[in-house]
Amino acid sequence: MNQITLSKLGRAILTTAVITAATNGAQAANVSDEVVRIGVMTDMSGLYAAQNGPGSVEAVKMAVEDFGGKVLGKPIEVISANHQNRADTASSLAREWFSDGKVDMIGNLGPSHTALAVVQRAEASNRIAISTGAATTKLTNDECTPNSVHYVYDTYAMANGTAHALVEQGKKTWTFITVDYVFGRDLERDAIAVVESNGGEVLSKLSHPLKTSDFTSQMLTAQASGAEVIALANAGGDTINAIMTASEFNITTSNQTVAALVLFLSDVHSLGLETAQGLMLTTAWYWDFSNETRKWSERFLERTNNMPSDAQAGDYSSTLHYLRAVEAAGTDEASAVMAKMKSMPINDMFATNGQIREDGRMVHDMYLAQVKTPAESKRMWDYFDIIATIPAEDAFQPISKGNCRLVTDTE
Amino acid sequence: MDEIFGFPPQLLFAQIFMGLINGSFYAVLSLGLAIIFGLLRIINFSHGAMYMLGAFSAWFGLQYLGINYWIALVLAPLAVGLFGLLIERTMLRRIRHVDHLYGLLLTFGIALILEGALVQFFGVAGQRYPTPDELQGGINLGFMFLPYYRAWVIIASVVICLVTWLIIERTKIGAYLRAGTENPDMVQAFGINVPLMTSLTYGFGVALSAFAGVLAAPIVSVSPYMGSNLIIVVFAVVVIGGMGSLLGAVITGLALGVIEGLTKVFYSEAAGLVIFMIMIIVLLVRPAGLFGRPE
Repeated sequence: MNQITLSKLGRAILTTAVITAATNGAQAANVSDEVVRIGVMTDMSGLYAAQNGPGSVEAVKMAVEDFGGKVLGKPIEVISANHQNRADTASSLAREWFSDGKVDMIGNLGPSHTALAVVQRAEASNRIAISTGAATTKLTNDECTPNSVHYVYDTYAMANGTAHALVEQGKKTWTFITVDYVFGRDLERDAIAVVESNGGEVLSKLSHPLKTSDFTSQMLTAQASGAEVIALANAGGDTINAIMTASEFNITTSNQTVAALVLFLSDVHSLGLETAQGLMLTTAWYWDFSNETRKWSERFLERTNNMPSDAQAGDYSSTLHYLRAVEAAGTDEASAVMAKMKSMPINDMFATNGQIREDGRMVHDMYLAQVKTPAESKRMWDYFDIIATIPAEDAFQPISKGNCRLVTDTE
Repeated sequence: MDEIFGFPPQLLFAQIFMGLINGSFYAVLSLGLAIIFGLLRIINFSHGAMYMLGAFSAWFGLQYLGINYWIALVLAPLAVGLFGLLIERTMLRRIRHVDHLYGLLLTFGIALILEGALVQFFGVAGQRYPTPDELQGGINLGFMFLPYYRAWVIIASVVICLVTWLIIERTKIGAYLRAGTENPDMVQAFGINVPLMTSLTYGFGVALSAFAGVLAAPIVSVSPYMGSNLIIVVFAVVVIGGMGSLLGAVITGLALGVIEGLTKVFYSEAAGLVIFMIMIIVLLVRPAGLFGRPE
């Protein structure tokens, strides 16, 4: 009995060895396992699903189609999964995708804590992680890796845009309502830096857990603080609920300004212009910029019934850029592809002269916008009025101020 | 004295008031749970899902059938109550004579199925239910701005709780019900249809939670998971009040809402914990709950 089992075991080992040898042989032929596989890992159903989620998967698929479906003569495959906004789920999914699933690049990765979990895995497995949906600046500072790119926006850029504009309008006293995890704390820290360095003052800081439906307590406390600005350092469903409460308690129409530091097109869509009008926001991209963006966005609208968020446009653009880099490198091996991604400029409907820095930050122009009034809006999704362009060199944290270990020469 | 413990009194009053509003939801929901447990001995884990169904029926009615808020406030509990009746008749009745745990598992499963089905159809993002025109706006109370709708929530909840309590404690039907749970065979011998009565009771408890759901629809976003976010807290309320004690459920619901509101002022990080800490203490000191009688 034992002998039979042993001989079976022997055969199994032999078979495995042969398969491994065959796989190794395939790797030598530039594209690992004969397919370039892109995994979209995102919040498919939670409070961040509207600006990422299924729309991001669709955007990546559009990029693959526009690229022709093949790179270096090998097919491109897109898979997707829901990390349910859990860092542990994201981490184990990434491990599974990188080892068994043979995924070459993971995209979207919002929110921040899931991105932080996956970039570590990407470095360990020498694959690529492109984060379009996350905001924490840690991705290009303490936690930067040679295998990751931070593509669309970050807490520094958002705080810099909106907070700067409001302080310049003379609104000097601030109260923060902050979601209690890495993203909210980073956003709050970056915004406070902007407020204080421009002569403003922070009166109080309130926090709330992720996925809060009742903001009455925080709003009433913020109202009582007397601050000129009530800044929301949260995103997605949390921001929507907070603004709804502010509107219910007449705060939005009082002399206090409610500022959503991170506000997406989809958030404005669920709030309705009646409630959201007048809000200032910073955005990386808007569907109604140019003929090129409108054309792409209409295609997206047709496929998803929604206009794209900046994160979703970033999913499209980053996937195209990745595929171009694979082609230019002649392989899907991560370090060769990363080198190409960093050396090639990005010029498409998402960015003009976008550049991925040494620390993985993709720098491009950002925009300051204001939500239109119902009267100004000419059609559905006509929500933003672009007030100012923040040039790429001012929009993001200068590389010299960061502490990414990959940056050798800071001056 | 213009500050209480370092906080302006306006803020404190406002938080107590908001706590009372949240407490109203706890009260109506835990009352339904207490009725179902007290009279049927079912630990109804699908209570949160029924609350969500109530809100969704109101939203659906407005969106697709043009049914306004006031009619929905009556129709939605009726519809969801009927659905509850159906569940009791077809499923819960079959496991009445086995351990409570089976009822818990069954109702929990029903909740998961309902949530999953609604996610499939409507997605997870919340739907907006507009505040009815009659209750738009609000009034400045001096210490806070009180939206009319929130005031209505408190009034409606207190009235519905009072009426329910009166029916069960002070009417003949209530007396039959209470007798039926003590000794079903004896009550049946008097010619009263006990099985029908239990079905109706379950339906009524479920209708109460649907009522709370419609009340909540204009102030929270209507989403498939709105009930599961609340149900654990509501169970804690029932445990603290004493399983099956109706008055206990209502008073504890309102009181815990206020305590939670105050915690948000003094130490907001503990706001999510405070109810469970109280639950642990109550279970240690008075295992039958504050208002419950030891069995």
